Amino acid sequence: MNNLKQTLTRHLREIMIRKLFAFFAVLSVLLLGLIVLFLFREGLPLFKEIPVSRFLLGSAWYPTYDPPEYGIWPLIVGSLIVTMFSCLIAVPFGILSAIYISEIAPARIREILKSVIELLAGLPSVVLGFFGMVVLAPWLQETFDLPTGLNIVNASLMLAVMAIPTISSISEDALYAVPREFKEASYALGATKYETIIKVAVPAAFSGISTAVILGMARAIGETMVVLMVAGGAAAIPRGIFDSVRPMTASIAAEMGEAPFRSGHYHALFATGIVLFLITLAFNLIADQLSAKFKKEGCGTL
Amino acid sequence: MIITTQNVNFFYGACQALSNVTLDFEKNRVTALIGPSGCGKSTLLRLLNRMNDLIDGTRVEGEILFEGRNIYAPDVDPVEIRQRIGMVFQKPNPFPKSIVSNITFAPRLSGVRDGGELDALVEESLKQAVLWDEVKDILDKSAMNLSGGQQQRLCIARALAMKPDVLLMDEPTSALDPISTAKIEELIDTLKKRYTIIIVTHNMQQAARVSEFTGFFYLGKLIEFSSTDKIFTNPDVKQTEDYITGRFG
Ligand SMILES: Nc1ncnc2c1ncn2[C@@H]1O[C@H](COP(=O)(O)OP(=O)(O)O)[C@@H](O)[C@H]1O
Ligand SMILES: [Mg+2]
Repeated sequence: MNNLKQTLTRHLREIMIRKLFAFFAVLSVLLLGLIVLFLFREGLPLFKEIPVSRFLLGSAWYPTYDPPEYGIWPLIVGSLIVTMFSCLIAVPFGILSAIYISEIAPARIREILKSVIELLAGLPSVVLGFFGMVVLAPWLQETFDLPTGLNIVNASLMLAVMAIPTISSISEDALYAVPREFKEASYALGATKYETIIKVAVPAAFSGISTAVILGMARAIGETMVVLMVAGGAAAIPRGIFDSVRPMTASIAAEMGEAPFRSGHYHALFATGIVLFLITLAFNLIADQLSAKFKKEGCGTL
Repeated sequence: MIITTQNVNFFYGACQALSNVTLDFEKNRVTALIGPSGCGKSTLLRLLNRMNDLIDGTRVEGEILFEGRNIYAPDVDPVEIRQRIGMVFQKPNPFPKSIVSNITFAPRLSGVRDGGELDALVEESLKQAVLWDEVKDILDKSAMNLSGGQQQRLCIARALAMKPDVLLMDEPTSALDPISTAKIEELIDTLKKRYTIIIVTHNMQQAARVSEFTGFFYLGKLIEFSSTDKIFTNPDVKQTEDYITGRFG
């Protein structure tokens, strides 16, 4: 009798706990969904005023003029260009440092490097922006004799510093997860350490490394504070790497405070948010696809 | 005599895994190493192609002669030793690449680039490993799709493509079903004409079936080494007899 009662209470407790977890899971998904819904509700009304193509491809962003122009093409270009350049720097650095940490470095150095990268990941972006503004910008301006040091190069360098820890730590996890058996097989076939790294470890970790790169890019394109501080803010299509740009995030952050509630400008900023959301969503979907595909097939016929 | 070990001691850090092992491996024969788990069979096998170099904090004493040369001499390149002494592991470990890429891995490392030559090597190695008929139409498919037994034969083919003189096998059938096991045993029988094979096995019937010589290890020591016939019918040492009759281990 007592036993039965115990079983029942235990059973009840199990159910309660499960319900509790489900509640929080559903709640977080619901909150996220509401935010996305809000984003679309505030952004979509813009397209009653102007067509989507004029918004996306229009090359003039004069939201406060009369009549206003809401072309975000320069902002999209600004976002993409700083993301691309930052990745040109962050991808090699991130991947090579991950290889060094997981495959080559002696144990002590590995620990030090891992802490340094963690520290880098924890650096508040406003501090990086500060550094870019106060140290890098004047240096760039003087060295290259520019009108301003707040430009694509500066923003890309600072974003690279932000993306490197993401790329490095995820790549390192992927390399670490490569089964020892593969490496042993490689050594037993007469491969050297470097041949083993290049021909076995990196291909086997390929899906993880690509995920790392894409998440690093997503991080760079979504980053706001750094580009707000050091990209220069010019809403025009750049002609060179020392031109200023105004990435989408910077535009939203800088202008939201001044845009009158539910005005065209306000809706245009939300619509920009939608574009940004769709781009990062695409990045994440690609990352998911890649890891799922390679998980299933190994690196197939690489 | 292709490989000889002389008074070999081996240490993982402070822990001694082999003491004073002296034995000879004959060319083109199958030698089996048996003994209870943890007695140092794998350790000895991995010493023969310097795989233990990869583990930090290990130490070897004594000499291991391969064709008369001490492979632990300072001027010996372990990569060259591993090319001449191939290894098959307990768990089949093909690379997550195509069947072809698995086989051509070692030849490419040693600089074979010619497509025709590589194709010929692929066919020859797979035929030697009696896998050709099963995979000749799916050479470009991932090796991960093969069954465990096929994967193990692929690993054997992969080692053979390197054209080694010696093949080390560490419990190559312990992860396989009886049919695959029988196939691998048959394969060992045909391979010994061309290669010297040293096989670690848990399975005493297997040692009796495939090998000409058997060494029995216990707690890091070589207790008895003799022809397989003698070990299994009339061993000199009481411990050996106890082990093969299943009284301990
Ligand atoms: N990488 C290692 N580090 C430390 N000790 C090890 C390692 N590998 C094996 N040993 C120890 O060495 C002894 C022999 O192991 P092993 O050669 O694997 O035995 P067997 O193959 O006969 O089962 C065991 O006591 C084992 O714990
Ligand atoms: Mg073993």
